[in-house]
Amino acid sequence: MNAIETLHLTKRYGPKTAVDSLCLHVENGELFALLGVNGAGKTTTIRMLSCLVRPTSGDALILGGSVLTSPETVKRRISVSPQETAVAQNLTVVENLELMAGIYGLLDRKKRAQQVVKELGLEEIVENKAKVLSGGWQRRLSIAMALITEPEVLFLDEPTLGLDVLARRELWEVIRALRGRTTVVLTTHYLEEAEALSDHVGIMAAGRLQAVGTPEELKQRAGTSDFEEAFIRLASKKGAA
Amino acid sequence: MGSFSVRNTKEILRDPINMAFGLGFPIALLLLLTAIQANVPVEVFPVERLTPGIAMFGLSFVSLFSATLIAKDRSTAFLTRLLSSPLTARDFILGYTLPLLPMCLIQSVVCYVTGFCLGLRPGWTVLAALAALIPSNIFFISLGLLCGSLFNDKQVGGICGALLTNMAALLSGTWFDLEMVGGPFLRVAELLPFVHAVDAGRAALSGDWTNMVLHLLWTTGWAFAALTASIAVFRGKMRR
Repeated sequence: MNAIETLHLTKRYGPKTAVDSLCLHVENGELFALLGVNGAGKTTTIRMLSCLVRPTSGDALILGGSVLTSPETVKRRISVSPQETAVAQNLTVVENLELMAGIYGLLDRKKRAQQVVKELGLEEIVENKAKVLSGGWQRRLSIAMALITEPEVLFLDEPTLGLDVLARRELWEVIRALRGRTTVVLTTHYLEEAEALSDHVGIMAAGRLQAVGTPEELKQRAGTSDFEEAFIRLASKKGAA
Repeated sequence: MGSFSVRNTKEILRDPINMAFGLGFPIALLLLLTAIQANVPVEVFPVERLTPGIAMFGLSFVSLFSATLIAKDRSTAFLTRLLSSPLTARDFILGYTLPLLPMCLIQSVVCYVTGFCLGLRPGWTVLAALAALIPSNIFFISLGLLCGSLFNDKQVGGICGALLTNMAALLSGTWFDLEMVGGPFLRVAELLPFVHAVDAGRAALSGDWTNMVLHLLWTTGWAFAALTASIAVFRGKMRR
């Protein structure tokens, strides 16, 4: 069953087409990576799928619900971790988590917050205000805030941007642990991240989906054993800007 | 909405500048102007006229608090997260405005308690004066929501922190009698809500109910207009 299905999803800003007639599907419980260079349309796609931006034309179905006609239903079942760190600066870590649990109407918010603190290893900073945390901790908190609601579909926009190697690997484990129980769509610039984590990868260029497949399929299609080389070939193939 | 509202309360209360300006500055002004009054032979700042003025002026800082909070949320990805959550436009508007109502009330009460210390006679007319501030509370909170929705946090600092506070000070008749200036200045001041908010408080303190109601009609109209505009703009921004 598809968790996400886009139907000629398009977004234009004036004369510029940010996303052009995107048609893709993501199966339930899979980890799907959207790859592309800057301006490829990845973030705009995520913003449309998470009901933050209204498509110019086309539609997207999230767990069967349309982002156009039933965004309220869709929003209850998804969660987003935006590209920039999205935390309430004057609240402590645990307050930030309980805030999100409260907004989504979770009854056992304190218990759930403690679970997420444990899962993401936030114990040592749990009573610290978000504004005093390092960038890495803030990003981890930001992702924890997306996870606390136990979303059926989770959008992670550049989740490991700016993290050091160790923090990135730790976060990979958190994301891997979601496989099977949560549908995850992540955008990333890190090709090794997409290759290591994803069941399927979509390559976007100039607002268009250039190729979709498993990392192995994409390498075969591009005729190379190197994923980075495959990305370069597929992202710059005819039709891309 | 409750969780969001609690978060906004914490964000505002945990900012020491908010507390300093929200509570400290109006009290300092009352003390300073009363000290000046004590040293001049003519009656410039009688406490029963000054207190309603400072109580209204203090509310202009509430606009600054709410506008800054909203503008900061808009400038960070935090609002993106909230906009992708099940919160509705109604939840956002109530969540941003409701925490500020008790803050307005506390600020006004602190002003009047300070007024008592400086010679204002306690009485039930003070309760009427506090009630007369309710439309002003809504006006200033709505203005904060409107400015926070339209401008970034730096612009909000200029518009709410400088322009609005100066307008509320100069065009309210708190510091000087507007009749002394007269002309277009007086006419503009009488069109705006500030002087009516102060005069409603003064009328309430003196038990002049007819005048109080007349001034309240004016401030209520402005409060309604500001609230309507802020809701329309905020909803418009959410739909983008």
